Amino acid sequence: MSMIRHGYVAGPLLGLLWALVIATTVAVAFSFATGGAFRPGGIGSALLGAGLGALAVAAPRLAGPVGLVLGAALALTPLAPVVTGADVAVWLALLAGGTMGAATGWPIAAMMAECRTGALTRHEFEGAVIRFLTGFGYIFFTAIVAIPFYVMVMTSLKNQSELIRNPLDFSIDLSKGWDLFRSYSELFGQFNFGSYLWTSFLVSVLTVAITLLFAVPGAYAVARLRFTGRAAISRSILLIYMVPMIVLALPIYIAFSMLGLRNSIFGIVMIYPVTTIPVALYMLQGYFRGLPAEIEEAGLMDGLSRLAVIWKITLPLSMPAMASVSLYVFMIAWNEFLLAFMLLDDPSKFTLTRGIAALNSSEIPRQHLMAGSVIATVPIMALFLGLERFMTKGLTAGSVKG
Amino acid sequence: MTAQTPRRGPVPLDHSKGRNAPAPRPPKGRNPLERREARLAWGLLLPTIAAVTLVVVLPLMAIFWISVKPVGLADLRPPAPIASEDLRGRPEAVGDDATLRYRLRNSSQDQPITGVVLTDTLPEGLEIGELDPRCALDGLALTCDLGDFEGGHRETIEIPVTIGQAFADAGMALPDSPPGLTGRASNVLTSDEFTLDNFARIFDGGEFWGVLWVTLVYTVFGTIGALLFGLFAALLLDKSFKGQGVLRGLYLFPYVAPVIAVAFTWIILFDPFSGSANALLIQMGVTTEAINFFGQRPLALIMVILFEVWRYFPLSFLFILARMQSIDSDMFEAADMDGASPFQQFWYLSMPQLLGILSVLFLLRFIWTFNKFDDIFLLTGGNAGTRTLTVNVYEQAFAVSNIGAGAAVAVVIFGCLLAFSFLFFRFISQEEGL
Repeated sequence: MSMIRHGYVAGPLLGLLWALVIATTVAVAFSFATGGAFRPGGIGSALLGAGLGALAVAAPRLAGPVGLVLGAALALTPLAPVVTGADVAVWLALLAGGTMGAATGWPIAAMMAECRTGALTRHEFEGAVIRFLTGFGYIFFTAIVAIPFYVMVMTSLKNQSELIRNPLDFSIDLSKGWDLFRSYSELFGQFNFGSYLWTSFLVSVLTVAITLLFAVPGAYAVARLRFTGRAAISRSILLIYMVPMIVLALPIYIAFSMLGLRNSIFGIVMIYPVTTIPVALYMLQGYFRGLPAEIEEAGLMDGLSRLAVIWKITLPLSMPAMASVSLYVFMIAWNEFLLAFMLLDDPSKFTLTRGIAALNSSEIPRQHLMAGSVIATVPIMALFLGLERFMTKGLTAGSVKG
Repeated sequence: MTAQTPRRGPVPLDHSKGRNAPAPRPPKGRNPLERREARLAWGLLLPTIAAVTLVVVLPLMAIFWISVKPVGLADLRPPAPIASEDLRGRPEAVGDDATLRYRLRNSSQDQPITGVVLTDTLPEGLEIGELDPRCALDGLALTCDLGDFEGGHRETIEIPVTIGQAFADAGMALPDSPPGLTGRASNVLTSDEFTLDNFARIFDGGEFWGVLWVTLVYTVFGTIGALLFGLFAALLLDKSFKGQGVLRGLYLFPYVAPVIAVAFTWIILFDPFSGSANALLIQMGVTTEAINFFGQRPLALIMVILFEVWRYFPLSFLFILARMQSIDSDMFEAADMDGASPFQQFWYLSMPQLLGILSVLFLLRFIWTFNKFDDIFLLTGGNAGTRTLTVNVYEQAFAVSNIGAGAAVAVVIFGCLLAFSFLFFRFISQEEGL
């Protein structure tokens, strides 16, 4: 075990592992970008990685450039780190090899930065391992998150026959111009997605408004006022938060069928807020508790009533929390699928998620399904990226005190 | 807290503490101010409590009620008598004879309807012939007391009429007012008929235990996987560097995107015939023929667990990151001086501090994963060995059209949930001081 903590053992070992990671990454990235046949060369990349790892310990400055040159030079030999199919252009193969070599050389030099040629201290060795794991983590998480979204967007820009011919080819033919967006124009033109978008937006905004209207007074009462049963209420909120939707959906479906509320936006707007009120109440009361009570007491002393205190002091102070709660509730309402799926059958009243569910049939080409998914995803993503600060805070602040 | 009762007039100061005056005692019960505060609190909470009762507590009670009822999907429409009227005999002029016909039936094939009454307003200008003995005419108002209709009962009432001038002037057509028909039908939802068949049905055979097993495997591995991935991601982002914000935003994508969008993306990505994942695996030589990721046991279960991990690791990572950033960094510097290696620092310093949030997250995520419906429903529809309890509710109620059995599964879910929450509160109360 102590053998491994030796510069000339740790370097090549980490280099080998890193090279395999990079070779796979480069092969997948090039396949997805060009549609050509790329695959990691096991022996080639292992040898290259081990060599570069040793070089990184001996002469860290050289590892990067040597990796770039060696990777490209080996590209067309049997020892290629990234093996290419016969139909791949030579310059692409060289590019893939060079990229792989460079992406192995420089990082491995950085990983082994503190390591010398001889025996390493535990500190130096673990530092190198952690830098390796960090690099691997970035690549791994970015890949698993980015690939599905990349596939979603690119599939929506292609057509059925292209997709069947080569499922790996996500390259875009820019010469088609606006024709690339045909799925989108068909969705908005023939499938009424404009109206779904509007319905979803309306339902989500109304849900946010109604939720806040109910949750703000409730949260204030639980956070600030003293009354018997406060602890019980506080706990039941959490408990209700945990009741699965499918359990409630069944009786709601029956009741709505009998009352004739199915297929109505009114029914949906009635149900959605109730599913979000407990969450909102819980998040808000956590925030209200954190506000200094002295300011409110000063207001009370100056003759304001409780309600005026809430309106004039507490609410202005808790704007950030209100923003994050609104954003979170909007997200829940926008993404809600189960209730919309069960309660809405009339295509003129679909929300976006229900509309996408209706696209899932064998007669409708799948680029339409993906285009619909993109239409549903983009607004919530844009909103979320713009207000990410609030989102992160809102999710963590109230829900579980850390 | 002291009472702020308004004082009238000068208040005599009592300097003679002791002898004659009674000793001051703490107030008994609640003073008016406390009562007012409590009233205000309940007032503020009332809308929420009312709404939640209406949409959560009532349905929960309904679930228990329905679970002991023999209800099918078709029973949601209670049996009702249906009537239609028409004028037969093709009358063409004043004085022609015709027949006013009412066709009546019971909409249900097996449920009786009692006390059926037909009411209708006859059009002006018809000379009415002999009436059916069960009917009576008062002016233009026709009332027929028809008694009981058995299931699937049909009958016709015919009234001979002669066309008068007023009717001919009105265009020889019956007015648009439909005849009224009322009757009492027993609705299975409100009847006093109870059965334990639903529970017997769902516990019968090996299926239920299979479903329970799948649910537990899905929940345990989904929860632990999401936590481990979240911990790993949080460790990556727990340092400031350029692009940290971008990466953090990117890593939250799976959680923020609509479930239906990402579920369909996964289905298309892993499609056995033209999915990119299969094409990639074949090209890399991992497999020689396409894998049906969502269609074969036990791979489908593994895939839905991976989806769950993928979709919910952002949530764990947010919470863990928030906790990590609140850990005092002095401690690590001190440990560094003492020669603790990075792994030792993580294991002996960070982990004990993260244990609280990790266990809370575990419990929360465990319950939510247990409750999860959309993901599996969209990915596999509960096929190929991925049917969990929640999917089973839908399956029983809508695919098999047995609402009662679906409700029985829901009751089982609710029972499990109560057990978990009990654990949760016992544990969280210590952890969080809630």
